Amino acid sequence: MINLLLFPILLPFFFAMILLLFPKKLFLQRTISIVALALTAVFTIILMLKVKSDGIQAITLGSWPAPFGISMVSDMLSVLLVLSSTIIAIFVVWYSFSSIGKERESFFYYPGILFMLTGVNGAFTTGDIFNMFVFFEVLLMSSYLLIVLGGEKVQLRESIKYILVNVISSALFVITVAYLYSVVGTLNMADISVKIAQIDQPGIITVIAVLFLVVFGLKGAIFPLFFWLPSSYAAPPIPVLALFGALLTKVGVYAIMRTYTLFFTLDQGFTHELLMVLSILTIVAGCIGALAYFDVKKIIIYNIIIAVGVILFGASQMTETALMGSVFYLIHDILIKGALFLLIGVIIAITGTSNLRKMGGLIKTYPMLGWTYLIAAFGLAGIPPLSGFVGKLLIVQGGFEAGNLWGSIFILASSLVVLLSVMRIFIYAFWGEPVQVIKLDSIQYRNLFTPAAILVGFSVIYGVGSEWLVPYMSDAAEVLYNPSTYIKAVLGGA
Amino acid sequence: MEIVMCFVIGFLFMAAVYLMLSKSLLRIIIGTGLLSHGAHLLILTMGGLGGSSPPVVAPGVTDYADPLPQALILTAIVISFGVTAFFLVLAYRSYQELETDNMNLMRGTEDHD
Amino acid sequence: MKTNDVILQTTTKVIFFIIILFSIHIFFAGHYAPGGGFVGGLLTSSGIVLLLLAFDLKTVSTMLPINYTVMVAIGLLIALGTAAGSIFFNVPFFTHAFEYFTLPLLGKQSLHTAALFDAGVYLVVVGVTMTIIQSIGEDE
Repeated sequence: MINLLLFPILLPFFFAMILLLFPKKLFLQRTISIVALALTAVFTIILMLKVKSDGIQAITLGSWPAPFGISMVSDMLSVLLVLSSTIIAIFVVWYSFSSIGKERESFFYYPGILFMLTGVNGAFTTGDIFNMFVFFEVLLMSSYLLIVLGGEKVQLRESIKYILVNVISSALFVITVAYLYSVVGTLNMADISVKIAQIDQPGIITVIAVLFLVVFGLKGAIFPLFFWLPSSYAAPPIPVLALFGALLTKVGVYAIMRTYTLFFTLDQGFTHELLMVLSILTIVAGCIGALAYFDVKKIIIYNIIIAVGVILFGASQMTETALMGSVFYLIHDILIKGALFLLIGVIIAITGTSNLRKMGGLIKTYPMLGWTYLIAAFGLAGIPPLSGFVGKLLIVQGGFEAGNLWGSIFILASSLVVLLSVMRIFIYAFWGEPVQVIKLDSIQYRNLFTPAAILVGFSVIYGVGSEWLVPYMSDAAEVLYNPSTYIKAVLGGA
Repeated sequence: MEIVMCFVIGFLFMAAVYLMLSKSLLRIIIGTGLLSHGAHLLILTMGGLGGSSPPVVAPGVTDYADPLPQALILTAIVISFGVTAFFLVLAYRSYQELETDNMNLMRGTEDHD
Repeated sequence: MKTNDVILQTTTKVIFFIIILFSIHIFFAGHYAPGGGFVGGLLTSSGIVLLLLAFDLKTVSTMLPINYTVMVAIGLLIALGTAAGSIFFNVPFFTHAFEYFTLPLLGKQSLHTAALFDAGVYLVVVGVTMTIIQSIGEDE
């Protein structure tokens, strides 16, 4: 089974095409999409175990020799990200059953999610820079569909801006790839890494590195390119928001991590310093936003931006500890953001508003929801032993090792702001005077709450059981820290 | 020849930026089209203009063009074709729904507190 | 306002078939010469658009009762299915195969799995283009 690493990409794609054939049969749409996602998860776990035992899996499509064909590479980092994306997609689809509405469901909602997962998994797996562009476009096209689906006025208005920003960043991606191709004459990422070391032209490579930072920064929402994110993400309904918030920015972050560890390593004094400064500014911008708004969606959305900053700070340190922390935090953030968005979705469904000032006293009527939210909020802020703690600890430790004392202290201080911003939701929504709420019938409440609660449970297990995950995480960080294993896996014994 | 191409590409980018900074949605979409055209030409130029020889390597052939930029452009053209088409449909729908194509009237969020 | 477009309608009836034939020619030419599924698909859909211009949406949809979304799905399935065939032979995805056959009338021809893939692309392009044009053109 040399094609095993392609299954997480092919299965969602295949089932999405099947679903295109009968958009109106809701029962089939729901069952098939859950089955498809479950199958994808199973195959990803098999793949993960194989990567664990046999090392990096690589395949070059069409039986071309390695640097010429499109290589797909599955190392521990990609397979872990693919697995967590698939898990998020399962819960989002489950949550969608009772919240997204029949009209959207019968208009290619589930195929849209599956196509997007195809793009996300592909972008995580590909070992070819132009192929990464193609998978970015696959996930963007499906995200265009998902963000505009339903056609409310806000959605139309915001999706125009979202698409415009992404079209420009895609054009910039093509331009940057063209520059890179003219310098190194190859597109295979492992081969690029070898060639860049050979030609030794740090000047032009640094320019290209910064251009890539702009391209991926637009997708990953780093400072100052995050401006489009908050209002665009607030437009679509909650399940779509959860999917976008958990996955889309992470693809950009992954791309930055991959390129900045694999081949833009010549002039670290400039590129990685720049990345570090930008990541800290990203955290500042995110903190300001998270404290400024009284809208639950906006608060959590700005927390995405903070998390992007924290992960990239770890990636910019280039020490093994910090990289391992980044990987830990990246996967933690995918799980916890998905869970938080689903939880505030439940809150919005109960109160009928996303404005914090109009909420209050939910702890009396929905105690379970309150406590689950509290656990998720603590997890986000990184209170031990919950899931954010280990990642942040390792990032800060790596920062100290690399000698960036103030940056690391800053990361620690930002945790307090994160805690404050999510506790505001708890205080305003769950404490205080009870306000008139929409009476959800208990079945619908349970349907909405169960997936969110289980996802929070996942993140708790991820935090408590992080000791058992360390071998996997250190494998992932090892590939980032020491790219020669990656190159060897793709190009053969060279 | 590369120099001429650079000027053409620069001109396309200039026109694209000018159009994208205007208020009308349709002009913005045409601007994105021009932007991607410029990007595609840039790939072709950056891959080295191979002259008139075909991108085929056969035994005994020493003069050939690099086929990869052409493959990349084809892919990028198909993608930008799809995105532009989607964008046009969306612009039309939102013109119907919002009754304006003026970007100045589409700013902000009304539920801002 | 009722316009008299009898010239357009009469010429369209002839030209439509020429366009379709040419698109099929382009599709098969794509194997060794410029052409292929993408261009062929665009030509076909431009032929259908010409029909739409000459007649109206309702007439055309009775002439060609095709659900273009299903067409996209079938095209994608053919393309992916061709590429995925390699999985069953345990060779890397997208590996193609071809063989030379001597066919009646046509002589020695190579039959290539890439042509099947291209047929999928052809269907996808026609389907996507027509879906877009229909969704804009549907409401007056």
